[in-house]
Amino acid sequence: MSLKGGKRWLLLGFLLAVFLSWVSGFLNPYDRGVWIDCGINVILAVSLNLILGYTGQFSLGHAGFMSVGGYTAAKLTLVTVALIPASFHPLAFVIACLLGGLAAAVAGLIVGIPSLRLRGDYLAIVTLGAGEIIRVIWQNTEAVGGASGLSGIPKSTTLGWTFAFAVLTIYVVLCLVNSTYGRGFIAVADDELAADAMGINPVRYKVTAFVVGAFFAGIAGALYAHHKQTIVPTGFDWLKSVDIVVMVILGGMGRTPGVIVAAILLTWLPEQLRVIADYRMIVYALLIILLMILRPQGLFTFKTRKGASVS
Amino acid sequence: MDSFFQQLVNGVALGSIYALIALGYTMVYGVLRFINFAHADILMLGAFSAYFLSPAIQQIFPLPGIGGALVVMLLAAIICAGIGVGVEFCAYRPLRKRPNLAVLITAIGVSLLIEYTCQHRAVFGAETRPFPQLIAERNLDLVGLTVSNLDVLVVVMTVILLVVMWLVVNRTKIGTAMRALSFNREAAALMGIDINRVISFTFAMGSALAAVAGVLYALKAPGIEPLMGIHPGLRAFVAAVLGGIGNLPGASLGGLILGLLETFAGGIAGLSNYRDAIAFSILILILLFRPAGILGKNSVEKV
Repeated sequence: MSLKGGKRWLLLGFLLAVFLSWVSGFLNPYDRGVWIDCGINVILAVSLNLILGYTGQFSLGHAGFMSVGGYTAAKLTLVTVALIPASFHPLAFVIACLLGGLAAAVAGLIVGIPSLRLRGDYLAIVTLGAGEIIRVIWQNTEAVGGASGLSGIPKSTTLGWTFAFAVLTIYVVLCLVNSTYGRGFIAVADDELAADAMGINPVRYKVTAFVVGAFFAGIAGALYAHHKQTIVPTGFDWLKSVDIVVMVILGGMGRTPGVIVAAILLTWLPEQLRVIADYRMIVYALLIILLMILRPQGLFTFKTRKGASVS
Repeated sequence: MDSFFQQLVNGVALGSIYALIALGYTMVYGVLRFINFAHADILMLGAFSAYFLSPAIQQIFPLPGIGGALVVMLLAAIICAGIGVGVEFCAYRPLRKRPNLAVLITAIGVSLLIEYTCQHRAVFGAETRPFPQLIAERNLDLVGLTVSNLDVLVVVMTVILLVVMWLVVNRTKIGTAMRALSFNREAAALMGIDINRVISFTFAMGSALAAVAGVLYALKAPGIEPLMGIHPGLRAFVAAVLGGIGNLPGASLGGLILGLLETFAGGIAGLSNYRDAIAFSILILILLFRPAGILGKNSVEKV
C-alpha cells in the first residue's frame, strides 16, 4: 500500500499519538494537563484559522461552538456512562466527541447561513452575539445544570486522543485549503467580489469554512469537557473567543504552522508566568495592542502572504 | 394601568442613559467607521473620576446638591475626554491606514487593558465601592406617578446633551469637518481638513459623553466597580446599531427603545434571565434585515 503526501503525515501523526499516549504515563498529572490544554487550543486555533485566516471571515463566536460540542458530548457521556460496560468507554468517548463536533457544525450552519452575508465589523458583532446567545441558553437550561454547569464528567480525555484529534484537524484543514476546491477559500479572502466574478460562490465557501471550523471547535469543546470534568457557561464567554482569535493573529493569519506554535506558546507561557499572575492579563492586553501596531502579520511570518491579513 | 405608566417612566429613564452612551459610540463610528470597544470602559473611568473627585469638590461646593454634582460631572468629562484622546493617539492613530479588523482587535485590546489594569489591587481593585451621593434622591409626585428626581435629571441631561451634540455636528465648523470626514476621508483631507485634529475632537466629545453617562448611571447603581461599564455599554451599542449607527437622533431613539424593552421584559417573569440574549437577538435581527438601522440611510456597497 503506497501512501502519498499528506496521508503519510497523517499516519505519522497517529503513530506519534499512540507513542504519546504511552509517554503520558510517565508525565506528572500537572504537565500532562498543560499538554492536553495545548492540544485543545491547537485544535481551536487551527479550526478558527480556516474561518479567519484562510477565508477571511472575522468570527468572534468560536467559544460558542466549542460550548455546543462540550455540552453535547458531556451530556451524552453522563447519560450513557452507566449503561455501557466499562471496556467500551473509550469508544463511547470518541463517539461522543464526534457527535459533539456534529452538533457544533449544525450550530455553525444555523449561525453561518444568515450572518455570512455580512462583512467585517458587522460579522464580528453578529458572531459575538450568537456566541453570547448560546451561552445564555446554557445558563438558563436546567437540563445542563443552568448557571452552575455540568460536573462529574468522566476524565476520558487523554494526551493521545487530544494529539490524534489535533493531527486530524490540521490534516483536514491543510488538505482542504491546498486542494483545487480550497483555492476558493483564499480567493474569497483576497477579494470576494473578484472571486464571485470568477464563478466562485462566496457564500458557499464561507458557510463551508464556518461549518468545518465549528465542527472541530465542537470536538475541542468535547475534549475540554472530558479533561476539566466540569463545564460552566461562563467558561465559554466571548473573551474565550478573543483568546482564540489572538492565537490565530499571533501565529499569522492563514499560516497553520505559525498558528500551531502560537497556540502552544499562549497556553504554555501563562502557566510559567504564575509568579506574576496579577499582571498576567494586563500584559496580555498590552500584547494584543502592540501586536496589532508593530507586527500585524503575526510573529512567525516571513514570506509572502496567502489568504486574509490584517496588515 | 398605573404600573404600566410607572414602568414607562422607568424605561424612559433607563433608555436615556443608554441613549447618552450610544451617542458616543455613534459619533466615533460615524467618523472612523469602527466600533470603539473601550467606550464602555471610559464610562467606568468617568464614574471612578467622580468617585475620587467628590471629596475634594465637597470642600468648595455643597454636596449633595445639583450645583456640586454638575461640577463633578464636568470635571469627570474633562478627565475622560483627555483619556479618550490619549487612547486614540496611542492605540488607534498608528493603525489609521490598516484594515478594520486590526483596529477592531486593538479596540478589544484597549478595553481589556483598561479593565484589567483597573481591577488590579494597586489601582481600583475588583470590589464594588459605594458611590457618593451627589444628589439626594427624592421622589416627586407627577400626576399620580412616583418619579425620582434622578430620573428627571437623567432625562433632562440627555435631551440637553443631544441638542448640544446636534448643534455641534450641524452648526459649527468642526462639525462640518466631522461630517465631511465621515462622508469621505481622503476627499476631506484634500480639502485641507486636519484629519487627526477632527478625530481627536470626536474622541474627546464621545468620551466626555461617556463620562457624564457613567456618573448618571453610577448615581442609580448600587455601587461602582471596574466592570460596571460592560452591561450598559453592550445595551448602548445595540441601541446605536438599532437607531442607525452614525446617526445622532437614531442613537437616542434606539436607546429609548432598548430601555423600554428591558424594563418591560424585566417585568415579565421568565424573560428577565434572557435580557442579554434579547439585546443580542435584536442586534442580530437588525443587522440582518436592516443594517442601516431605523433612521439610517440604506447605502449600497461600492466596489
